[in-house]
Amino acid sequence: MSVLVNEKTRVLVQGFTGREGTFHAQQMIEYGTNVVGGVTPGKGGTKHLERPVFNTVAEAVKATGADASVIFVPPPYAADAILEAIDAQLPLTVCITEGIPVLDMVRVGEVLGKSKTRLIGPNCPGIISPGKCKIGIMPGRIHKQGNVGVVSRSGTLTYEAVHQLTELGIGQSTCIGIGGDPIIGTTHLDSMKLFNDDPDTHAIILIGEIGGNAEERAAEWIKVHVKKPVVGFIAGQTAPPGRRMGHAGAIISGGQGTAKDKYAAMNAAGIQTVETPADLGSTVAAALK
Amino acid sequence: MKIHEYQAKAILARYGVTTPRGEVAFTKEEAREAAQRLKSPVVVVKAQIHAGGRGKAGGVKLARSADEAAEHASNILGMTLVTPQTGPQGRVVRRLLVEEGLDIKRELYLGLLVDRETGRPVFMASASGGMEIEEVAKTNPGAILREPIHPAVGLQPYQARKIAFGLGLSGELAAVATPFLQALYRAFLDTDASLVEINPCVVTGDGKLVALDAKMTFDDNGLFRHKDLRELRDLDEEDPLEVEASKYGLNYIKLDGTVACMVNGAGLAMATMDIIKYAGGSPANFLDVGGGASAEQVKNAFRILLSDPEVRAVFINIFGGILRCDVLATGVVAAAKDLQVKIPVVVRMEGTNVERGQQILRESGLNFTIADGMKDGAQKVVALAGGAR
Repeated sequence: MSVLVNEKTRVLVQGFTGREGTFHAQQMIEYGTNVVGGVTPGKGGTKHLERPVFNTVAEAVKATGADASVIFVPPPYAADAILEAIDAQLPLTVCITEGIPVLDMVRVGEVLGKSKTRLIGPNCPGIISPGKCKIGIMPGRIHKQGNVGVVSRSGTLTYEAVHQLTELGIGQSTCIGIGGDPIIGTTHLDSMKLFNDDPDTHAIILIGEIGGNAEERAAEWIKVHVKKPVVGFIAGQTAPPGRRMGHAGAIISGGQGTAKDKYAAMNAAGIQTVETPADLGSTVAAALK
Repeated sequence: MKIHEYQAKAILARYGVTTPRGEVAFTKEEAREAAQRLKSPVVVVKAQIHAGGRGKAGGVKLARSADEAAEHASNILGMTLVTPQTGPQGRVVRRLLVEEGLDIKRELYLGLLVDRETGRPVFMASASGGMEIEEVAKTNPGAILREPIHPAVGLQPYQARKIAFGLGLSGELAAVATPFLQALYRAFLDTDASLVEINPCVVTGDGKLVALDAKMTFDDNGLFRHKDLRELRDLDEEDPLEVEASKYGLNYIKLDGTVACMVNGAGLAMATMDIIKYAGGSPANFLDVGGGASAEQVKNAFRILLSDPEVRAVFINIFGGILRCDVLATGVVAAAKDLQVKIPVVVRMEGTNVERGQQILRESGLNFTIADGMKDGAQKVVALAGGAR
C-alpha cells in the first residue's frame, strides 16, 4: 500500500503545455503515472502529449474523472491555479511552483481549510508512490517500491535519502515533498498521521530544516502516537540567523526555528536523529532489523 | 528585501501613518539644509543602514541647530557602524535621515508579520517600546499582545481597540490608534511586506501617536508586482558577491569559512554546510545552483566562489535528478579551465549519468578529487583546505 497516490490515481496537469509542464508530464507518463489530461486556458479542445487539453479544471475533472492535479504554473498565477483546483473539489493538488508570494498563500490557506482538497506544496518536488504513481519532478528511477515513508521540506535531500535506501535494497511506500515555503498545505504532522495509519509503511524518515516549528509539532505527536521507527534529520545546523537559506521558509528569526531546538524536540520524542544525511539510509536499515 | 527607515516612513505616511517630519541627506550640506527647513528646536540625525541598534553604536545624534546637525552629519557619514545586527564587520553609513525631535511621553512596540503556524497575519504589540521584541518575548512573554487577523475581513476596529486598550492608551489616543493600526495593516498588505515594525511608536506630549522608527521588509516573491518597491533596493547594503550571484539567479550567502560549496537544492546546500562542519571544517558560503543549472550558471557560480579570498578548497555536491551529471561535469571542467582554478576541487556527484560525469572529470587533465558519497567528500575537502581549524 501507499498513502495519497497509487496506480489508480488519475492526474491532471495544470500548466500542461508550458515548458516545465510538458517536460515533467512526459516524465510522469514514462514513469507510468495515469496522466489523463491537462489544463491550459485558451488551449481547450486541443491535444498535448496525446492527451486532451481543457480551458478550466472544472471542465477537465468532469470529462476525465481526474482525482488529482499537479501545478506547473508560474508564481504570479499559481495561487489562482490552486484555488481553481480547490473549486473543482479535486481531492489532491500538488503545487510544484516556487516563488508564490506569502500573502497569496495566506488567502489560499483560508479557502483550503474549509475545502475537500489536500494541497501538497507549494515549492516542492511532489509525491511518489514508487512503482505506482509519480506526481512531481523527482527522478523516478532512484525510487524502489517498499515500506519506508519519507517526508521532507527539501527536494534534493529527499532524493539523497531515497537513493541511499534504494542502494541498500530498501524500498519506499510513499515519499512526500512538502515544500520549502513558510505556508504550505500538507505538513510534517499531516504526513506522519498518514504514514502511521498505513499498514505497509514500516518506518518513516522525517527530514526538516531550520525555520518555523513544524518539526517540533510533528515530534510532539510522534512521541504519543507513533510506534514505528522514525529517523530524523534537520538541515541548517550551521546556518546563520536572520538569513533565508534558499527556501523562503528556511530562516531562523527571533531565535526561533533553530536546528538545535528541532533536534531537541525530535530526540525527546524518541526519533532516531542523525547528524548528517549520509547516515539516513543505514540508520533506517538498522531500525528495520 | 530590506529598505531604509526613511523609505519605510515615506511609504507608511502615504497610508496615513503619522511619522515625524524629516528628509533624507546624502551629504553634510544636505543635512544642514534639511535641518534649516525643519524649523524644529531639536532635530535628530539618524544613520540609515539596514540594521537596528544604531543609537547605541553612535549612529543617532540630537542637534539644536543646523550647524550642529551638519557637524553630526559629517561625523556619521562614512562611519562604520557596528551593531549586534551588522555582524563584526559593520556597515558604512552613506545616507542620513534628518528629522524633527519630538516630546516623547511613552514608547510602544508595534509589529506586523505572517504567523507561520496559523498562516495568518498577526499584529504584535507591547508597551515596552524601544526594546527588541525578541528580548521582551524572552523576559516577559506575557507583555506581548498578539492579534491574529483574518485575511478575508482585515484588521477590524474592535481588534485595534483591543490593542490600544491593551497598551494602556485611553481617550483621544485610543480613538486615533484605530486608524493608525489599520493604516499599518493596509500598508503591510499592499506592499507584500513580510515585516512592518514600528519600534518605538511614541506617544507625544501633545497627545499624538507617531511612528518614530519604521522598518519594512518585503517578501522577495511578491516584488514582481511592485516595480516602485524594487527601485528602493540599496545594493550598498548587500554583500557584493551576493549581489553578483543574484544577477545570475544563484542563491548565494557568504559565510566566513574556508570551504566553498556548490550544491543543487536549498536543503542539500544547508546539509552540505553542516557536513563540512561535522568533518571539522568551516563552510565559506551557502550556494544553491537550482535544479536546472546550465553550464553557464555553473561557471558563474564557480567564479563567485573563487572570488572569496578566504576560500581554500571547493566542494561540489550535486544530486543530479533533472540536472544531469555529464552536463554538470562539462560545465565544471570548462569553468575550471577558463578560470584557471588553482585550489583543490572535490566533486561528489550522484544521479543521472553519474559514470559519464565522473569520466569527464577524470579525463579533463585537471586536478579534481572525486568523492564517494557526501561524507567522504566532506572529509576530503576539509583535509585539502588545511584540515580542521
